[in-house]
Amino acid sequence: MSAVAEHDDHHDHHDDHDHGPAKGLLRWVITTNHKDIGTLYLLFALAMFFVGGSMAMVIRAELFEPGLQFVDPAFFNSMTTMHALVMVFGAVMPAFVGLANWQIPLMIGAADMALPRMNNMSFWMLVAGVLLLASTLFMEGGAPNGGWTLYPPLVLQPITVGKALPFAIFSVHLLGISSIMGAINIIATILNMRAPAMRLMDMPLFVWTWLITAFLLIAVMPVFAGAVTMLLTDKFFHTSFFNAAGGGDPVLYEHIFWFFGHPEVYIMILPTFGVASTIIPVFARKPLFGYASMVWATASIAFLSFIVWAHHMFTVGMPIAGELYFMYATMIIAVPTGVKVFNWTATMWKGAMTFETPMLFSIAFVVLFTMGGFTGLMMSIAPSDFQYHDTYFIVAHFHYTLVPASIFILMAAGYFWLPKWTGHMYNEKIGQLHFWLSVISVNILFFPQHFLGLAGMPRRIPDYAIQFADWNMISSIGGFIFGASQLLFLYIVYDTIKGGTGEKVTDEVWEDASKHGLEWTLPSPVPYHTWTTPPSAVPTEHVLDTH
Amino acid sequence: MSTNTAYYIPHKATWPVIGTAGLMIMLAGFANYLNGSSIGSTMMLIGLIIFIVMLVGWFTLQAKESESGMYNHGVGISYRMGMMWFIFSEIAFFGVFFGTLWYTRNLSVPWLGSGATKEILYSAYQSTWPTNGPGNVGGHFEPMGAWGLPFVNTLLLLSSGVTCTWAHHGLLANHREQLIKGLAATVFLGLLFVGFQAMEYHEAYTEMGLTLGSGIYGSTFFMLTGFHGFHVCVGAIILSVVLFRSAKGHFKPENHFAFEAAAWYWHFVDVVWLGLFIFVYLM
Repeated sequence: MSAVAEHDDHHDHHDDHDHGPAKGLLRWVITTNHKDIGTLYLLFALAMFFVGGSMAMVIRAELFEPGLQFVDPAFFNSMTTMHALVMVFGAVMPAFVGLANWQIPLMIGAADMALPRMNNMSFWMLVAGVLLLASTLFMEGGAPNGGWTLYPPLVLQPITVGKALPFAIFSVHLLGISSIMGAINIIATILNMRAPAMRLMDMPLFVWTWLITAFLLIAVMPVFAGAVTMLLTDKFFHTSFFNAAGGGDPVLYEHIFWFFGHPEVYIMILPTFGVASTIIPVFARKPLFGYASMVWATASIAFLSFIVWAHHMFTVGMPIAGELYFMYATMIIAVPTGVKVFNWTATMWKGAMTFETPMLFSIAFVVLFTMGGFTGLMMSIAPSDFQYHDTYFIVAHFHYTLVPASIFILMAAGYFWLPKWTGHMYNEKIGQLHFWLSVISVNILFFPQHFLGLAGMPRRIPDYAIQFADWNMISSIGGFIFGASQLLFLYIVYDTIKGGTGEKVTDEVWEDASKHGLEWTLPSPVPYHTWTTPPSAVPTEHVLDTH
Repeated sequence: MSTNTAYYIPHKATWPVIGTAGLMIMLAGFANYLNGSSIGSTMMLIGLIIFIVMLVGWFTLQAKESESGMYNHGVGISYRMGMMWFIFSEIAFFGVFFGTLWYTRNLSVPWLGSGATKEILYSAYQSTWPTNGPGNVGGHFEPMGAWGLPFVNTLLLLSSGVTCTWAHHGLLANHREQLIKGLAATVFLGLLFVGFQAMEYHEAYTEMGLTLGSGIYGSTFFMLTGFHGFHVCVGAIILSVVLFRSAKGHFKPENHFAFEAAAWYWHFVDVVWLGLFIFVYLM
């Protein structure tokens, strides 16, 4: 395809030329532009980050001291449940879809996403799903409080759910539709809209990781939808899927949930890897080390994610053969993940490194994600996991893989690409302040939780024994500092959009960035329509070592 | 009627947000209905109407654009990829319910009737299939046999796959009459299938004591066949729209994505039925 036609919904022959966005607020409702939709996703995710974050503040306030302080236990459990659901489905996943929307067409030389109308729909389905979920906070009986995994039989008890359960289930359906439509769009865009000059093995790692992530999404979101559908029929239509008296099995739900749930955690981490692999080479001023091995490691991790799910349920009472199989299979994941960590380190090795805010967040990601990975390895050992299961150790583990990994990289991506998108430079001093406050407080927040977990403090409880008091208080203090520090990010995003430092950024923004990606050859700020004619050549600096 | 060489990118879209609102109102209504609220069913109806209006509006727009030659080869590839991956997601969805059947039949039901579970909890329980569990949930029932209506339905769906392909050959060879006849036959066979399945359900509920509440057998039986039956209905509606468009003279041998998508979907539903016939009825 050599050029791109722009049209209105109602085909109008006088209207075939390039035009800017529609006027007024309606622009955002009916837009099909990948940059508009990317912005919508990112701002929505940012808002949800603060909604979910406020819930975390409630949790940390209640756990500041032993005993019941501020909230009643049922509401506390609602907070842990909703914090997880909002952060996973409202903040992290949509933020990465937002980045995909903005960046994939820019990086592969496409004029827009392949299916622009569906792109609009997938965003609004997300909003609809989150609205249904949030509405449960104001219902009789409160929001769901059986944990984000929605395990039966607990979640089917009247006292646990009140009126919230059907709303939470339909919310999952809407979020699933949204994710599947978004993922289909991303796959079609990458496979069908690339500039003719770009071969698959020329694609930036961010594009590769999203291609694989999109596959995971299409494969597992329907699985979750099926699981909650069976919860619904068990609750309201007399079925016995998870009822042993009728021949069903509650453990079946756990298997299905984690068959979705384990790929789901990689859905949140693979694009993280992709962004890190994009940022680190720019500030190390070297091509990415081991491009091809990065691609294959990503694919291997995605494949392994389908065959390790039961390591989330070692204590449920599986046959010993199952325990052993899931233990060894899980350990294998450390191999491709190790490949990635070593590649990032080798990319920095002897590089002419500078430490702007996106690079600082990326380096912190490499270090702290590795730590989260190591605790994961500890828990993959089934006999040890019996000790760690459902304690604060697991809370510390997955928060290390999500907060100083996914969230940090999302911050890094914001600092890295905002100047490109807006044409304004962010305030580097405040950016670095934000980084140092975040990286110190996130460790005060989550590191002590390892100790709490190893000492036996269970998760999802509003009160605890007296010996856990000190580390909980320290953890809470870290939590409050971390939460408050994120307001700086909110300010920086606002300030940068409004003009930032006033310094006009170049097209490249970062030194020699155009060697690393197509997006840096476009003007800053990026025009409303880009690549209406695909680029004739693509940078291959980042893949030099494969050819 | 010019064939556009450029990749068509629509500039704004109003149907997606309307459809989303419809679906959300419908689901919120359903949730309210399940909670026993009186506004539930009204909300469901309003949401459903909005959703149907969206489907009609959006697909009419797509058909018009397609017929006026606005979609080039690249757009066609994107649409085909979209449909392929949508069907892939449907396979995953059906996979959950097939997986449930496999897991309960081969693992959890035998566990219920053996080992410590048998010794301590359910000493009288014999784990066989079909079963409604040690609690005899839903009372006595007869399992559904394979060689009555289900076998007839298998033949119907297989034949409908043939008529669908025959219609496709007609379209490719520019034989409009063969296209229309083939599609009409496919829709007819599909509706006949749904009718027979309704009879089968009626018999199960009224004469065999087999309901959705008949323990794990009833749950898996009705979930799998019901979910499939819903897909047959959707497929028949899609094929009817394609039939209507064919009668209006739409589609050309080289440009008929909607027909292809409908045919793929129909064959997919067909294959799922074969799986159902083997694993739900025969084994």
